[in-house]
Amino acid sequence: MARIGVFVCWCGSNIAETVDVKRAAETIAKIPGVVYSVDYKYMCSDPGQDMVKNAIKEHKLTGVVVASCSPRMHEKTFRKAAQEAGLNPYMLEMANIREHCSWVHDNKEEGTLKAIDLIRMMVEKVKRNKPLQNIKIPVTKKALVIGGGVTGIQAALDIAAGGVPVILLEREPSIGGHMSMLDETFPTLDCSQCILTPKMVEVAQNPLVTIMTYSELEKLDGFIGNFKATIKKKARHVVVEECTGCGTCWTKCPTKVKSEFEQGLGIRKAIYIPFPQAIPSRPVIDEANCLKFTQDRCGICAKICPKQCIHYDDKEEFIEIDVGSVVVATGYDLMPTSAFGEYGYGKYPDVVTSLQFERMVCASGPTLGDLQRPSDKKKPKTVVFIQCVGSRDPEHHKAYCSKICCMYTAKQTMLYRHKVHDGNAYVFYIDIRSNGKNYEEFLRRAQEEDRAQYIRGRVSMVYQDGPDLVVEGADTLSNAQVKIRADLVVLATAMVSPKGVKELAQKLGIGYDQHGFLTEAHPKLRPVESATAGIFLAGCAISPRDIPDSVSEASGAASKVLGLLSKSELEKEGVVASVRECSCTGCQNCIRVCPFTAISLKDIRDRAGNLIRQVANVNPGLCTGCGTCTPTCPSRSIDLQGFTDEEIFAEINAMAELH
Amino acid sequence: MEEKWEPTIIAFVCNWCTYAGADLAGTSRFKYAPNVRVIKTPCTGRIDPMFVLSALERGADGVIISGCHPNDCHYNEGNFNARRKYIMFRALLTQLGVDLDRVTFAWCSASEGIKFAGLVNEVTEKIKKMGPYTEFKQLNQDAR
Repeated sequence: MARIGVFVCWCGSNIAETVDVKRAAETIAKIPGVVYSVDYKYMCSDPGQDMVKNAIKEHKLTGVVVASCSPRMHEKTFRKAAQEAGLNPYMLEMANIREHCSWVHDNKEEGTLKAIDLIRMMVEKVKRNKPLQNIKIPVTKKALVIGGGVTGIQAALDIAAGGVPVILLEREPSIGGHMSMLDETFPTLDCSQCILTPKMVEVAQNPLVTIMTYSELEKLDGFIGNFKATIKKKARHVVVEECTGCGTCWTKCPTKVKSEFEQGLGIRKAIYIPFPQAIPSRPVIDEANCLKFTQDRCGICAKICPKQCIHYDDKEEFIEIDVGSVVVATGYDLMPTSAFGEYGYGKYPDVVTSLQFERMVCASGPTLGDLQRPSDKKKPKTVVFIQCVGSRDPEHHKAYCSKICCMYTAKQTMLYRHKVHDGNAYVFYIDIRSNGKNYEEFLRRAQEEDRAQYIRGRVSMVYQDGPDLVVEGADTLSNAQVKIRADLVVLATAMVSPKGVKELAQKLGIGYDQHGFLTEAHPKLRPVESATAGIFLAGCAISPRDIPDSVSEASGAASKVLGLLSKSELEKEGVVASVRECSCTGCQNCIRVCPFTAISLKDIRDRAGNLIRQVANVNPGLCTGCGTCTPTCPSRSIDLQGFTDEEIFAEINAMAELH
Repeated sequence: MEEKWEPTIIAFVCNWCTYAGADLAGTSRFKYAPNVRVIKTPCTGRIDPMFVLSALERGADGVIISGCHPNDCHYNEGNFNARRKYIMFRALLTQLGVDLDRVTFAWCSASEGIKFAGLVNEVTEKIKKMGPYTEFKQLNQDAR
């Protein structure tokens, strides 16, 4: 038989003014099962809590109702007190007679009656409550960072700095990402390679970091603290451990391919490292172009390799790794430029993207920093930069602002003017967004010292006239048509989510928006968390951002990972679904509605091991206790602990007593 | 014996939005009709149509179901499930002969204390005009 104690709080006069607390306590005392019922001025005070604790011990209470403020306020306080007195904390419920009663009503009689009802409902519930245990989940102290750009590198370094082993996963042959392609970076004009490559070396030399390049996530199973990642190592055909990166193979390779790293402006071989500072500086064979794979001939690289470490029969490998947490830092792509017919990209060789321009001016680029336009190697005397190509264009392309283009275009005008002192740089813009530390000052420098000429308006078309390009557009400030003869046109194309990110998000069970950017658990207050516990986000995978933002987010995500993995066990509330296996028919309704894929089928076998039937099985580590599964069960075989059908029906039935 | 009849209204709310919204109504001291009794569930997805039928049977004259706005669900999609269920359930209610005005479904966020207060007042007024709900209760008593 239940022995319930009820504690009615005055909250000073906050409750007592509208609710006759004495009468409430006396009325409740008459309910069967209530063995103790008192009122007190401040239940949450130390003496108030002691009253609860003492009564639990003295009256051997099996359940407690504290009628006071909202459970959001003090449920933790009182449950802790109950636990200290030896009562299971889930056997304590709160009746909210302040926020839901005394503060919203004036009439004392009505307020008192309502308060009595609310307490009665909780008494009936707590009579049926079952003791629950918090769920303890063991934690694998290892993290996986997906994406080896600057964001992923920073996250890996910070996690390793906390003493946790990290796997840094990169699908390309080298880490470094887009930042390694940039020439100089705003607003300091420090050379991108000079600040990134030391970080790349640092991460490569860190004993806690395992870099896996040319590898992708195949599958992620498990849940927070206990993920099992299956990683696909693509066939590299080069034994990384034995290769010294001497370069004999790629110098001898006869096949020339447009280099992805050089944005198609330079060439690489079929066996290649993407750029000289690549980490690891070990080549890969590009099967799509290598003659050995396309025509089964050549084979020169394997013949001349002094270490004999090139193997054409190398196959892709699948490796399983246990990790406790995942950081997704998959970065971005530039919008496919085929979308911009009006600007003539692809049609005129001298219309390039901003990333191509970076390679054209970069000292490590295909021309070693000597700026030449692609068509005739001429030094461009007039360059037109077009901003918001694909961004801020809801009718045709992307509605969002790509955030970094204003600043990098200003930077590129400076880089251009530093190379061509008498050159003209024109920028077509819609608005200038320079909201970062020292950004506005930097932009001013581009306009004033380096004389970039800013024209507010859109470009309507670009066409070829003889050797020159003609850019026609509008100057909306002077309300005039503008026609500029240019040697080179640079398009600041929109940042978009990288290829394959949706598939990756589905593998990880995290959300993404209509653009393919990953969704944060809360855009303001949980910006580096995904809605799936244990998976964190950073950088341009979430939305366009610049290097400083990406790096700080990487550190933010790393601190979240370290916070999570600092414990040997995770503890979560015992409010989870549980299945009554004897009546479950295995219809899978619950599996279909569970937003967290916490339910799966479990085999029931006889002693001989024969499969008898399948039933639903809840993984308490993944279950968040939403209870969506419970009402979908046709046989009422899955119930949410802490909010069971029995408990809620008891609350409803308590109403019947009133009439 | 001429006691004035007052309707009883049961509100099934989710913990994250409407319960918090009702708390906010309290902290903001928005006064509303004292006829409502709130039953907290973790999510509107947890609210079983049987709860509503049971409430009507046990003496409620009106029922409110309320949770997070679409896309605001703490559990991502519990409220979508609730909405889908409710649409089906309405058809069932009609078939059972329950006036649809007795059951109100409304979104109410944690910041909409004023909306919660307004919702309770509106439903209370509506139910007052409709009068007590007796059909299920009567059935229940007849069965005893």
